[in-house]
Amino acid sequence: MHEPIIELHDLTKQYGKFSAVDRINLTVRKGEIFGILGPNGAGKSTTILMMLGLTDPTSGDVKVCGIDSTRNPIQVREKVGYLPEDVGFYDDMTGIENLLYTARLNRIDEKKAQAKARELLERVGLPLDTKKKAGKYSRGMRQRLGLADVLIKNPEVIILDEPTSGIDPAGVQEFMDLIRQLRDENGLTVLFSSHHLDQVQQICDRVGLFGGGKLLAEVNIEELQSEEHGLENMYNRYFGGGKSHE
Amino acid sequence: MNKIQSPFWVIVRKEVADHVRSWRFIILIAIIALTCMGSLYTALTNIGAAIKPNDPDGSFLFLKLFTASDGTLPSFVIFISFLGPLLGIGLGFDAINSEQNKGTLSRVLSQPIHRDYLINAKFVGALIVIGVMLLTLALLVMGFGLIAIGIPPTAEEFSRIICFIGVSIVYVAFWLNLSIFFSIKFKQAATSALACIAVWLFFSVFYNMIVNLVGKAISPSAMASTYQIISYQKFMLNLLRFAPSMLFNEATTTLLMPSVRSLGPLTMEQVHGAIPSPLPLGQSLMVVWPQLTGLIAATVICFALSYASFMRKEIRSR
Ligand SMILES: Nc1ncnc2c1ncn2[C@@H]1O[C@H](COP(=O)(O)OP(=O)(O)OP(=O)(O)O)[C@@H](O)[C@H]1O
Ligand SMILES: [Mg+2]
Repeated sequence: MHEPIIELHDLTKQYGKFSAVDRINLTVRKGEIFGILGPNGAGKSTTILMMLGLTDPTSGDVKVCGIDSTRNPIQVREKVGYLPEDVGFYDDMTGIENLLYTARLNRIDEKKAQAKARELLERVGLPLDTKKKAGKYSRGMRQRLGLADVLIKNPEVIILDEPTSGIDPAGVQEFMDLIRQLRDENGLTVLFSSHHLDQVQQICDRVGLFGGGKLLAEVNIEELQSEEHGLENMYNRYFGGGKSHE
Repeated sequence: MNKIQSPFWVIVRKEVADHVRSWRFIILIAIIALTCMGSLYTALTNIGAAIKPNDPDGSFLFLKLFTASDGTLPSFVIFISFLGPLLGIGLGFDAINSEQNKGTLSRVLSQPIHRDYLINAKFVGALIVIGVMLLTLALLVMGFGLIAIGIPPTAEEFSRIICFIGVSIVYVAFWLNLSIFFSIKFKQAATSALACIAVWLFFSVFYNMIVNLVGKAISPSAMASTYQIISYQKFMLNLLRFAPSMLFNEATTTLLMPSVRSLGPLTMEQVHGAIPSPLPLGQSLMVVWPQLTGLIAATVICFALSYASFMRKEIRSR
């Protein structure tokens, strides 16, 4: 439960002179649901991209499952499922075909993949409608399909970048329950980025507060439970204003 | 099927399927098939006139199908040199940027595959489609020709046509790679299509004009020695050879007109004593070897550029 899965060490990403991510040190442990909370432009997505080797850090290093993401991104991507913000699918393929394609890219046996894809579709609450093309999916349906897509490779870690955007309130609740279930049953480590205070507060064990590319604070949600509006107060202290949404 | 496919071939298979089902491909294939059939028709109606009594290529009746024309419609070869780039550009100009705009790029690249798999597979997929299409087209032309003139092609003619198709595929591959490069560089598919077309127009229209201007400016005086004139002509020819279409035209002419023995200017001494007789295929291949290498090198350069700009690129969703 306590071995570190994601380790960031002085991680920095600069675009020209501008630091999108500024010397972040962070450790996420196995089996944890870790939330990255921050307003727009805080550097959440950039940090996540570096964890997957989708962009190179300017300095510092990042390890996932003990593997350096910059040097060996492929080994990292074998173990990590990543749901990008505003995920897209191949429009002319059905949901299940999209899942199977991902499974093939992960060298998963075709038969197993078939069964697993069906199971996952049901689990994320998509109809097993085999005719509907992904191009006809609504935003929220795409997001759900995205979660199934992340899970089909049996990852050890899942990294979700604003996964709940576009999902209706009841759907968000199901989504959160599902994430928690996955952690409890399969021991998945979950990294969850969001700018919704309440969602983060609801399912995360720990939260990193991001702002202006810096990690402003690391909070243990349980410790905050005693205070009413604990996280909210904290968020407001850093970012001002009374809004917790957007 | 129990064997697990390598992700590379998984992507190639998807690319091929996508191309074959796309409207774009159907339109391209329709344009090309129609024009080629048109040129075949003119070649067939003029094949009698095309063979002159002393023509050293006269015995290669079948090759005439690809090169003969009556002046109203260009020949098959000219069509391929003109439409081949369109085919390559059409299948490659949105290879990467459309995936980026659909948001699938970051999803695919977060799977455990090498990044270059994606561009290589896109290239190979499109090339397979193009290759099969050109080969089918050539076989069709041969089939119709066989029906019309009633004489089967000789083994030599057949191998020459296959070589010609090989060169055409390399030529289209160049344009394909160029368009894939632009699809990495430009975020909008329309921009990359325009950039490809600009390059194509430049080489097919403006480049010759520029070379002519340069030629006029540096042309040797009337009193110049033979040596000077020859080196001037060689220089001009080499300038023209920077255009891929020139390389392609030289290569195909040599392959389809066996009597072409050299692609540079020849002096009287070199011509003297040479009987105007066709070269065997091996010799023709030797003559076009530099052209072929040039085309392949250009393709490799485009590929290297794509590779360099794609491998370290930041992949954001949309
Ligand atoms: N290619 C780029 N060039 C320059 N600046 C960039 C580039 N990409 C991102 N940035 C900047 O980096 C900062 C962090 O961006 P990032 O996408 O990580 O924010 P985020 O926390 O994910 O925000 P959001 O909640 O809107 O998704 C932003 O200020 C953004 O403008
Ligand atoms: Mg973001």
